[in-house]
Amino acid sequence: MPFTHRHLLGLEGLSRDELTFLLDTASSFKEISERDIKKVPTLRGKTVVSLFYEASTRTRASFEIAAKRMSADFVSLSSSTSSVTKGETLLDTARNLAAMRPDAIILRHSAAGAPHFLAARLECPIINAGDGAHEHPTQALLDALTIRERKRNMEGLTVAIVGDVLHSRVARSNIFALKTLGATVRLVGPPTLLPPELRAWGDTTSNLAEGVRDADVIMMLRIQLERQGKNFFPTVDEYSRYFCLTQRVVAHARPDVMILHPGPMNRGIEIASDVADGPYSVIMDQVTNGIAVRMAVLYLLANRPRMESETEQEAVETPAPAQPRRLRRRAG
Amino acid sequence: MSTTIIRGGTVVDPANHLNGCRDLVIQEGVVTAIADANGSHETSDAECIDATGCLVVPGLIDIHVHLREPGYEYKETVETGTRAAVAGGFTAVACMANTNPVNDSAAVTDYIRDKATAAGLARVFPIGAVSKGLQGEELAEIGEMHRAGIVAVSDDGMPIMNGGLMRRALEYTAMFGLPVIVHEEERTIAADGVMNEGSLSLRLGLKGVPAAAEEAMVARDIALLERTGGRLHIAHLSTAGSVQLVRAAKQRGLPVTAEVTPHHFTLTEAAVDGYNANAKMNPPLRTQHDVDAVRQGLADGTIDVIATDHAPHHRDEKDVEFDQAANGIVGLETALPLALRLVEETGIPLETIVAALTVNPARVLNLPHGTLSVGAPADVTVIDAQRRWTVEAARFRSKSRNTPFDGMQMQGQAILTMVGGRIVYRAAAGPNA
Repeated sequence: MPFTHRHLLGLEGLSRDELTFLLDTASSFKEISERDIKKVPTLRGKTVVSLFYEASTRTRASFEIAAKRMSADFVSLSSSTSSVTKGETLLDTARNLAAMRPDAIILRHSAAGAPHFLAARLECPIINAGDGAHEHPTQALLDALTIRERKRNMEGLTVAIVGDVLHSRVARSNIFALKTLGATVRLVGPPTLLPPELRAWGDTTSNLAEGVRDADVIMMLRIQLERQGKNFFPTVDEYSRYFCLTQRVVAHARPDVMILHPGPMNRGIEIASDVADGPYSVIMDQVTNGIAVRMAVLYLLANRPRMESETEQEAVETPAPAQPRRLRRRAG
Repeated sequence: MSTTIIRGGTVVDPANHLNGCRDLVIQEGVVTAIADANGSHETSDAECIDATGCLVVPGLIDIHVHLREPGYEYKETVETGTRAAVAGGFTAVACMANTNPVNDSAAVTDYIRDKATAAGLARVFPIGAVSKGLQGEELAEIGEMHRAGIVAVSDDGMPIMNGGLMRRALEYTAMFGLPVIVHEEERTIAADGVMNEGSLSLRLGLKGVPAAAEEAMVARDIALLERTGGRLHIAHLSTAGSVQLVRAAKQRGLPVTAEVTPHHFTLTEAAVDGYNANAKMNPPLRTQHDVDAVRQGLADGTIDVIATDHAPHHRDEKDVEFDQAANGIVGLETALPLALRLVEETGIPLETIVAALTVNPARVLNLPHGTLSVGAPADVTVIDAQRRWTVEAARFRSKSRNTPFDGMQMQGQAILTMVGGRIVYRAAAGPNA
């Protein structure tokens, strides 16, 4: 089943076929980054704008590299260097950018729903690069790709997600995707960060060892140091006493456990260095896979022919099927 | 002596336990007779309004509106707000104090009343601030404002977090017989929440306001009321737990009253899904359980009043990220059909709904309105309860269009609104005079 959505706002509501198609497309793009000349002409003549209202290293660089490896022209804007500092609203900024006819706008924003807000008002495809505590779809796709490469079948896997689930967009996107793909999720953290409604998505526990017991995958979340002083936990030190992933804790998981972290890591706080750098860690694989996932997303959204008849609704026409193999030949 | 007769309608006047076909005779702005509809009282010089097939009720009273003047005239003015009021069937409104400057002085109260007189539409009853500048620290000059004509005090929009101040406000206002109208929100619990806290807020990644934020304050203020002797009126009550607290307090005989908005008895938090800023309000839209509870509260008299919390905002204040969008919606032009819908959907008697829009709010504010008793000012609303229409926000009389009901099918509409015997609104296709 091809991916026919105009925007990528989140993974909630995507079907298993759609997720699988996205991951398959990403897999097929991986090889490009292994070449000596890491560039294909797939998005030549397309313009991609990234608009970041929050600090980011990984996601932003990853999108930029992904776009450039596809030969798209890439314009990168951040709130600190844009007219936002002059008081321009998000909608005005985005409308002005859209008037320059980009083929996709990548948005990172601290307000949940900000990309949905733009998607309802602009024709241009919107790619959510993280909206507040809501979703971070490309992160969860790269996580799923990383898991799938090692575990082959997602069905029946147990994934323990550990940390600040309440405020984590990474957790939400992963929960939506992993459950759709057939995995079981367990949510682990202090009760202040595990509201009771989470139980609709998976078992919850505040005991880290219990939470990771026999897990196939442990997904650590970054604990935001700013949460200190908001009474979600007394101190970062105390948090780490209960929720830091150490070798001793990892021993409770399956022997072939994979350990993921979306970065940036707080070493020694939520994850011990010897675990982060140890044999179970696939953290660098995640980063590498991020490029392929973002290439796939840009390919599927920015490469769509502009249709005169397209309306505010999602277009229903079927785009040309992904043919990265042929593209590769042309590029090679 | 000019005489007007509203003829042939079904007169519903809960204060007089009246629900039947009557002619309403009005002379010199006062109701002079409610007569059997046999025409015997007609005189040749009387102006007749044919209300056959319509409801004739006391002019509706909305004791919770924001008219935004002075200070926020780009959202609403006393004139546009009262124009919206009369078009919605309201003959009187009580306006909150969160203007700029705040209505915490007789001068601002006078200013608002002057504007209302100049507009000449609905009656406007200003509500004064409890605290100076709505800062929640020191009492405003309530006595001075009382002399200027306020009908209640409220820091609406700002909860009174200082329990000591709240206690003194309840005590002090007893001297004037003024109710203290409270926006119940424990700010440290609500924190920076933007919608109801629950599974939907979790899914949308929006910060939640738990029901406990409201209920903790309702419980506090009822506890304070036990020995202070004032009168407490709880604005826009939104949770099942609050209904239960008020019900228990009333059973103990405490002088507490409560209101609910049309949106809180019509919509659930589901309206927020998709980050709809026109479903953002404070208190937030709650769950179906809460909607059922506030409807039950209206049915059994726990909730006395339907009030709109008419909160106009400029488009630019809503057309932003959900977190940053202003709270509140306009309500004056959609309240009546939403209230009438309750009769259809829940079986609450029409008389109860009319009372919640007329005599009950009048009693909360000690107003001589809300009834068609002989001798009462002739504030009358004629309603075509069958008329079907579609909400078109673009055609609102209000200056603002922030409503979640745009495009919704409605049934029932005010077709004639009379204040003191003077027709201040007549629908385009209204009854023939």
